[in-house]
Order: sequence, then C-alpha cells, then structure tokens
Amino acid sequence: MRVEELGDAVAGCTRPVEFVTGEYLLRVGAPADECFLIEQGRVALEAHAPARPAQVLATLGAGDLVGLSWMLPPYRWACDARAVRPVRAIAIDARRVRERCDADPRIGYHLLQAVLRAAIDRLQALRLQHLDVYRGADP
Amino acid sequence: MSVALEATWIPRRYRVAAVRPELPDTVSLELDPESGESPAFEPGQFNMLYAFGLGEAAISLSGDPADRARLVHTVRAVGPVSRALAGLAVGASVGVRGPFGRGWPTATARGHDLIVVAGGLGLAPLRPVLLRVLADRACYGRVVVLVGMRTPREILYRAALDDWAGRADLEVEVTVDRGDADWRGHVGVVTSLIAQLALDPRNAVAFVCGPELMMRHGAAGLIGAGLESEQIFVSMERNMKCAIGLCGHCQFGPAFVCKDGPVLRFDRVGRALAIREW
Repeated sequence: MRVEELGDAVAGCTRPVEFVTGEYLLRVGAPADECFLIEQGRVALEAHAPARPAQVLATLGAGDLVGLSWMLPPYRWACDARAVRPVRAIAIDARRVRERCDADPRIGYHLLQAVLRAAIDRLQALRLQHLDVYRGADP
Repeated sequence: MSVALEATWIPRRYRVAAVRPELPDTVSLELDPESGESPAFEPGQFNMLYAFGLGEAAISLSGDPADRARLVHTVRAVGPVSRALAGLAVGASVGVRGPFGRGWPTATARGHDLIVVAGGLGLAPLRPVLLRVLADRACYGRVVVLVGMRTPREILYRAALDDWAGRADLEVEVTVDRGDADWRGHVGVVTSLIAQLALDPRNAVAFVCGPELMMRHGAAGLIGAGLESEQIFVSMERNMKCAIGLCGHCQFGPAFVCKDGPVLRFDRVGRALAIREW
C-alpha cells in the first residue's frame, strides 16, 4: 500500500518517523492515536502472555500498515508491534483522520476500503498460516 | 521393444553415492548410474524412483542440471515407498526411470526478472532453476527468491539459502509460519512477501512451487502485483504411475500432469485449482 491509496483523509495528517531495532511502534491496550505505513524495515506483531516469551504472530514490511484498530471504538491497539529491523515509516494521525472521516463520509468510505483491503489480506494470510500447509502436503 | 521405449519403461540401476540428511524426515540422495552417464534433464522434471520390491514414486530432480555424472533427489518420507527411499544407505541400489515431464521454462525467463516462490519441499524442484540461473546469471534480470517454511528448524537447504542470501545478485527472503525464540526473520506466509516487492510486472516471470493452496494464493498475490496469468508457472503434483500419459492417474482437467506438466502455465490450471475435490 502507498500513502496515496489512503486518499484525501490522510492529507496533511502524516509525518515521517524512524524506529530503531527493538523499539515499539504500538503497545497492546494503548490509545490508537497514530498508525504507521512502513516504507522500509521490518516490524513484528507480537502477542504476550504471563511467564512466556512474546509470540510473533506475523512480521510486516514495506507497504504494510501497522495498526488496524484505530478506525473503530474503543480505539485501542490489539497487539504489540516492535521494530525487528530499523524502520522508516509514515506516521498517520489517527485522531485527525477519524474526525475528518466523520465530517466527510465520502473520503471516510474511500479510506475504509483501503484499510479493509489491508485487513482482509492480513486475515487471508493468517488463515493460510493456520492451515499448516507444509505438513505432509508437499510435492 | 525400441530403445526409447525401454528407457521409458525399464528402470536403470543407480547406486546411492551419498545420503545428505536435510530435515528429520527428509534426505537428499545422490545417485550414480551403474553404467554410462545420466540422461540430461531440465529443471522441474522428475524421475520415477523404484524402491525394489515396494514400488515407484515420482520425485523431482533437485540437483544441478549441468551435472551429468550424478542425480540428486530430495525425498521426504511420507509413504511406504518414499520411506524406503529415504532410508536407503550408501551403496544401495535403486531403479530410475526418466526424466519425465515438462520443466520450468528457464529459456522464457532469460532477459526478464525472475520471481521464484517456494513453499516447503516445493523448493526442491526449484533448486535446479536457481543453479542454472546462477551459472548464467548475466542472462537474467533481477532474481528474487521467496521461501516459506513451517518453522526455523524445518528450513530445507538452509546452508544454500544462507549462501544465496549473501550474494549481491540474488534477493532471498525466507519466512516461517511459526518462529521461535532465536528466529529474527520473517514470520507469516510466503505469499505476504510478494506485496513487499517493488516488481516491474511487465518484465517479470514467476515460478511457484509448493502445496496447491499456497500456489493458488501465491499466484493471486502475483496477479495482484500486476503479473498476468501467462507470466506465472506452477508445478503440480498428482498421483503419477506410468509417467508418460497413458494410465490417467495424474489427470488434472484436460492435462496429464506427468506429460503436460508437472510445470504448467497458470492460465491453464488456475480455474481447475479452485475446484473443490473433496
């Protein structure tokens, strides 16, 4: 995904950011005020449980949107996102974008389609991952 | 019986020259002919390997197509025949018929960017492609290798992948479905990596091999990146018996996978791949 695909809703609501390896972009439960579009680098989406190391659910790279929960209440992140390689990204001010979408449903709908496409791609990938296709089904 | 028919029907004896353990259930067998040299093969073709007294299994050639002295087959022990083959010791005898089928169109890929997408043991039939491309690297454009494996401990040809990843003229990305505490690479399905490539779809050819579901998603990802179905090739697997298009066991729509494939252009099989069989 390129930032232009998000349409007018994000115009003027972005800023370039960088993260060093190990730095968190998102923390589970934290307010979803800013999401990120990766330009370069790698980010791990992590889930953690007590007395266990964090589990990497998936890694994201260039063109991926980090943070999908910002569009819907309660506007809180659902998992941690940590840079596992240095990251260059575009930060998107989710609060301002939400206000703009509420004020103009047309640009909101356009944005929703772009974010939903990213969410569906993520869902399809997780389904395939869950199927464990490399176990006994290889050529 | 003509000589050609004999070569097709009657296995030649080969001797196991080396056994390379790859994974707990997978080995690479290096086979030397008991006499003469091995026939030439194209990347993506397969041989019927005969475990004497048990039966035959279709196994892709995974060695260097330039090496006429020795065949390499990577075998995963999943059934009685493949278990017997994977258990062969150095010096053991094995029957070989082949090579059979149509392989990867490496000549078509010359002059273009080549995107190789492999899942699990699907890397084995693509290894000869990469060996051929690397032997003639200047004749190809950008070469990208995307590999998906189950876990870090189940990465096939890990040493070769590490070597290739260190080359400036290859882009190699390996992802696993489930990482572990030591894994620092990608986690997720191999098809997710396609969207992260800045491809020039007009100048690309893609070779995809792995479980059918992975190939279907891989082709969809490549089409989403702008490639046409005609630029995508997949390697099919079906129950092959005769290997020469007579018995019909491997029929897939209008194609016999053994004779018309195993490598087929995606526009020929894409629709059939979406048909539910069970």
